[in-house]
Amino acid sequence: MKFDTIIIGGGLSGLIAGIELSRKGQKCMIVSAGQSALHFFSGSLELCGLEDEPAKAMEQLPQSHPYRKIGLDTALTLAERVKPLFAEVGVNFKGNAERNHWRITPLGVLKRAWLTLDEYASVPSDGLMPWKKVALLNIDGFLDFHTSYIAAGLAERGVECVVKGISMPELERLRHNPTEMRSTNIAKTLTGELIGKLAARINEYAKDVDAVLMPAVVGLAGNADVVRLKEKVDRPLHFLATLPPSVPGIRLQMMLKRHFQKLGGVYMLGDTVREGVFEGDRLAGIMTVNHGDTCFKADNFILASGSFFSKGLVSDINGVREPVFGLDVDSLDERPQWYRKDMFEAQPYMSFGVATDVGFHPSRNGQPVENLYATGSVLSNCHPMKEGSGAGVAILTALHVADTILKNQ
Amino acid sequence: MSKDQHTNPESTFEQCMKCTVCTVYCPVVAVNPDYPGPKQAGPDGERYRLKDPLFYDEALDLCLNCKRCEVACPSNVKIGDIIQAARLKYSTKKPKLRDYILANTDIMGGLATTMAPVVNFTLGLSPVKAVMDGVLGVDHHRTFPKYAGQKFETWFKRHAASKQAEFDKKVSYFHGCYANYNYPKLAKDLVKILNAAGYGVNLLEKEKCCGVALISNGFKDQAQSQAELNLSSIRKAVGRGEPVLTTSSTCTFTMRDEYEHILGLDNSDVRDSIMLATKFLYTLIDEGRISLAFKEDYKKRIAYHTPCHMEKLGWAIYSTSLLRMIPGVDFLMLDSQCCGIAGTYGFKKEHYQDSQKIGESLFRQIQDSNVDLVATDCETCKWQIEMSAGVTVENPISIIADALDVEATIKLNR
Ligand SMILES: Cc1cc2nc3c(=O)[nH]c(=O)nc-3n(C[C@H](O)[C@H](O)[C@H](O)COP(=O)(O)OP(=O)(O)OC[C@H]3O[C@@H](n4cnc5c(N)ncnc54)[C@H](O)[C@@H]3O)c2cc1C
Ligand code: SF4
Ligand code: SF4
Repeated sequence: MKFDTIIIGGGLSGLIAGIELSRKGQKCMIVSAGQSALHFFSGSLELCGLEDEPAKAMEQLPQSHPYRKIGLDTALTLAERVKPLFAEVGVNFKGNAERNHWRITPLGVLKRAWLTLDEYASVPSDGLMPWKKVALLNIDGFLDFHTSYIAAGLAERGVECVVKGISMPELERLRHNPTEMRSTNIAKTLTGELIGKLAARINEYAKDVDAVLMPAVVGLAGNADVVRLKEKVDRPLHFLATLPPSVPGIRLQMMLKRHFQKLGGVYMLGDTVREGVFEGDRLAGIMTVNHGDTCFKADNFILASGSFFSKGLVSDINGVREPVFGLDVDSLDERPQWYRKDMFEAQPYMSFGVATDVGFHPSRNGQPVENLYATGSVLSNCHPMKEGSGAGVAILTALHVADTILKNQ
Repeated sequence: MSKDQHTNPESTFEQCMKCTVCTVYCPVVAVNPDYPGPKQAGPDGERYRLKDPLFYDEALDLCLNCKRCEVACPSNVKIGDIIQAARLKYSTKKPKLRDYILANTDIMGGLATTMAPVVNFTLGLSPVKAVMDGVLGVDHHRTFPKYAGQKFETWFKRHAASKQAEFDKKVSYFHGCYANYNYPKLAKDLVKILNAAGYGVNLLEKEKCCGVALISNGFKDQAQSQAELNLSSIRKAVGRGEPVLTTSSTCTFTMRDEYEHILGLDNSDVRDSIMLATKFLYTLIDEGRISLAFKEDYKKRIAYHTPCHMEKLGWAIYSTSLLRMIPGVDFLMLDSQCCGIAGTYGFKKEHYQDSQKIGESLFRQIQDSNVDLVATDCETCKWQIEMSAGVTVENPISIIADALDVEATIKLNR
């Protein structure tokens, strides 16, 4: 079976690349072993959070950083394309690449963000709180959302919180099984007719407040429930991130995948790419676990298999490996150098990854593979947590590589 | 990456990193809060059960064995296998007479075929349905699949077997219970396509039900002995150089994966030779070894439903690529989700409501899509969708056979 481009890994990076290539008429296939890091999505995409202005912050990054390989000017131009691209998929974000704004973490702390989902609470870049008094609601029995941390964090910034719990008979059923009282199961229940009932319960507490804040537990299947709920609640309603799994992250994953399929892309979930078939310095095809001796061929390949979390990188006694093709990786030889004792310090292992040239070609035994590219969190020399750059690297490297492939075709 | 990592359920529960992604995609959790969910029922529960079998929870009975949790898991945990293995090992509930009847598809099929008109008529009567519901616990809402008057095997011996000798290239066909007893047309359609493409068809020396329903109803020993018989016939066919083709995603999945993972039988020597006919046909076409010609006047809007075990196999691409090759087909891919029947699960009175609720959004999507036909590779999905969405469902093989220009195809492959 032959494609123009085959993408290994169907998370944020692989899907953005697949959508961009399919939009321009390429025949693409994505193979993805399992679900992606988007299931842990905070509601905000990060570009570079080291300073208020991403452009300035990016200047602090080392030459080996993926943004530097793209070129900072090009990277910022690519960033302009992201909001419209998501709008086409049906997901609306607020924010821009000129100045970071602030997102509110589940611990009630503010962190710099690039784009935040429209329906989420956020604080403008000047850091001034947009509310004096809010109703902070939770669903009774839901343990993955801690109002006390958030209320304390907001109080520190001068926002008064009225904390309330909501219970509804329909949700009580879920409490039979406390381990399954999860954001996604609540969202599966809170849909259709129940949106009206939920709004009525919320309105009981929404009388004399500037805004209502509640955990993101609505809208698993699409935006419609969120829109309806916002319409029916008397005050501005904003969501806050819960602990995983992330309802909006799963929705985002699903909508990106659907959009990719609508553009003619083939998405194979639950299959693992085992190895590559190389012809000289080119990758001719890939073999997967499910398809036995069928070889999938393509002109170009993109490795977007994620970091340790997604098994795009694995570590064992012998060090850090890229398990599919055995590509060269940037890491440290001595295991004790991988970690810092202080858990809150930047951990060196997080910047390990597949080594690439400036064109994002990985190499095997020092020899670059012409028609293979790596994008997203499998790349080395970026530190998503420390830099606040996770989604930015995933999206911008994907767009850049897609542009390169299209230019060369 | 070693293949073992993907095939050995025992070694996988420790890989769980507690991310709960599996729970998001379990169709049962979505409709029934009494089900502990894949993470709890699978890797988490396994830890406890290894300490003390008393921790076994009979609610594991609610698992459909759809494997959608496994498809979603980022850590390759064989959650569904862990749950099925635990049910067989620890459950103290005795299977009921009803379970025996539902599980033994070929014994029942053999009896029913000889008396097809009577059986079909009787199973359709409301008093009979009431007895089945009240006494046996088979839900009265269910329409029973009809039994054919003549088994496929009988038809094949009388009308097709001798002709197969004319072909140099040969395949073997594992027809399964459904094509044999309920819907021989499917099996005949396959013979028609393969013959037109220049391939002769042999039946296996002996074949029994693949055993999927025996496994899910707790009859492990019987499942094992049927599996051994099938494997030995399959080995003979593979020894003659013939791949063993199938027309049901569930039989295929059971013989390729469950024989090893659940029944502990080594099938590694023949596993790659057991495949759906759509994979076989697509690969031959893709490699330029055969061509199919289609009728010019065939025009249909067709939606494809991905059965759970097809999703797990990852092979929907072969069936859908074939359907898209038919010039007159306006193709639509449905969202991949469980239809709720899960083999014999949805027939049981205690599961009927959940079963229908699970499939609800699929039925709605089908009804809204204005299609002439739904295509799918699983017979139980067919029953469920026909009953619940009111649209005719066909196996892709039957659709290809209907659209095929037989004379032109024979010429192309001479
Ligand atoms: C827990 C967590 C939370 C995060 N939250 C945020 C956030 O809120 N905001 C933000 O900006 N950034 C966040 N990040 C940073 C994150 O890395 C990026 O945002 C981005 O989602 C990474 O996307 P990706 O496509 O590169 O990798 P992933 O999302 O990890 O996707 C990789 C995919 O490849 C598949 N795969 C791996 N190996 C194979 C193989 N051999 N064959 C086939 N498929 C394979 C995996 O199954 C997986 O689906 C988070 C990261 C993690 C780990
Ligand atoms: S998805 Fe896999 S790793 Fe995550 S909780 Fe479920 S079994 Fe564990
Ligand atoms: S096999 Fe299906 S029903 Fe069973 S736990 Fe997994 S997802 Fe749920």
